[in-house]
Amino acid sequence: MLSLFEDWLKSALQEIQEYVRLQVATVRGAVTRPFYFHDVVEQFEQIGIGSLTVVLLTGFFTGAVLALQTGITLDQFGARPFVGRLISASMIKELGPVLTGLMLAGRVGSGIAAELGSMVVTDQINALRALGTDPVRKLVVPRVLAGFFMAPVLTVVANTVGIIGGWLIAVFQLRVASSLYWSSVIEGLYLQDAWMGLVKPFFLGFAIVTIGCHVGLRTRGGTQGVGRATTNAVVASSVAVIAVDFFVTRLLITLLY
Amino acid sequence: MAFASKRSPALEEALGPGSPIVVFDKVSLAFDDKVILREVSFTLITGRTKLILGASGAGKSTILKLILGLLKPDAGVIWVNGERVDLMSELEMMKVRADLGMVFQEGALFDSLTVAENVGYKLYEETSMAAHLVRARVEEVLGFIGLAEYIDRMPSELSGGQRRRVAIARAMAAKPRILLYDEPTTGLDPITATTVDEEIIKLRDLENVSSIVVTHQLRDAFYVATHEAVRRDDGLMRIQPADTEKSEEAEFIMLKDGGIAFEGHAAELRASRDPYLQTFLS
Repeated sequence: MLSLFEDWLKSALQEIQEYVRLQVATVRGAVTRPFYFHDVVEQFEQIGIGSLTVVLLTGFFTGAVLALQTGITLDQFGARPFVGRLISASMIKELGPVLTGLMLAGRVGSGIAAELGSMVVTDQINALRALGTDPVRKLVVPRVLAGFFMAPVLTVVANTVGIIGGWLIAVFQLRVASSLYWSSVIEGLYLQDAWMGLVKPFFLGFAIVTIGCHVGLRTRGGTQGVGRATTNAVVASSVAVIAVDFFVTRLLITLLY
Repeated sequence: MAFASKRSPALEEALGPGSPIVVFDKVSLAFDDKVILREVSFTLITGRTKLILGASGAGKSTILKLILGLLKPDAGVIWVNGERVDLMSELEMMKVRADLGMVFQEGALFDSLTVAENVGYKLYEETSMAAHLVRARVEEVLGFIGLAEYIDRMPSELSGGQRRRVAIARAMAAKPRILLYDEPTTGLDPITATTVDEEIIKLRDLENVSSIVVTHQLRDAFYVATHEAVRRDDGLMRIQPADTEKSEEAEFIMLKDGGIAFEGHAAELRASRDPYLQTFLS
């Protein structure tokens, strides 16, 4: 029993050590040469533009359902006109970053783990090294940069369409005046909230992509291993989104409020 | 000769014809409790071929990964192209790899890139060579292996043998001094396997590339050892049986239980009365 625990602890520590090493190598790769600019542009397109549809749909329906649900509750207090305030605060501070993060974990984290995992099991990563290319610089750095910078952009998009979704429900279902909704949206927002909504996605994007890359590069065991790596990447990055969100929120509350 | 690296005149002379270009000195490696290599020592001479035989799991491919620095030995010293690689960092190894080419099992082509992008990968990405010069080199190399018309295809559109030959083209595109082949003919039919063998022979005899071939295909190993490529007066290339002296330049190594069970040329291997070798050869 003790030896089982020791083995588990050893492999967990080794996993953390390798993850930290990958992060250090990524940061070093991002600030030193060689820099694969073409791959960076390609990843910005794949991760940013490629995730737009899923983020638009998620953001829109989240805002809409939030308006529906909160409308009922607010009615009990005769506060239906404040629905805009609730939606903007919830979307911008919490739901926008977290839901965008979860969508990216599902779409980007899994994709990266599957792609890099397939490259590992077919010896393409070794082939890259044999050809004199550092896989971290060529594959990891472009993806991490794209995840780091595109997650906040996608979050802003999700927030915007979420508030629009809420507006549609507020106006056509809850019969709240459009001008009242928008003034409520603006009144409900403070500069600190905007900062919080904007800073968090940087951390979430970094976590999702580095986890996807780490899990993908440590794939073992053929196609079955690739399947396992993909599942692990989605699970780990989804949990990381929630956990990182909590810790960063805690930190930002201390710093901003 | 190589695009990527220049050696000092002294090193160039020291590593000239007849001198060692890869040296293993008592190299050992184990994964946990499983011993893969036990005090393995051998020398590859410039411009020659070393054929490494052995059963699956005998550590053949591991030797190639050690030369490339993809793995590090637990003990022993490895010299490649005048550099001691067993203690080198990944960054330092990149310079050594500039002069090495590797043909992986199954080819390991980049499946999202075309044949041209695969073959020219090293020149496109790791050198400052102009794109039109890289393209010219890619066309030249693909012509050399007889796949010029496949230049814009994707790897998934090629047969197994073609993929293996494109992998050879990719490995030779940057004109390395050493080429490593990991089971280059495994899984191929005898006719396709012979075309791959002939590419290995051509690179050795016409381009003076030193090579290490890891295989358990005895027929192919003997073919590479006992044939030579010559360029006739009319400029055409021909593969023909090599004379005894040339055949003896290709050395066989038989790995067994992590150690070397046999080292010698083709005739010595055939004449061996060792029961294990007999079983392997039969």
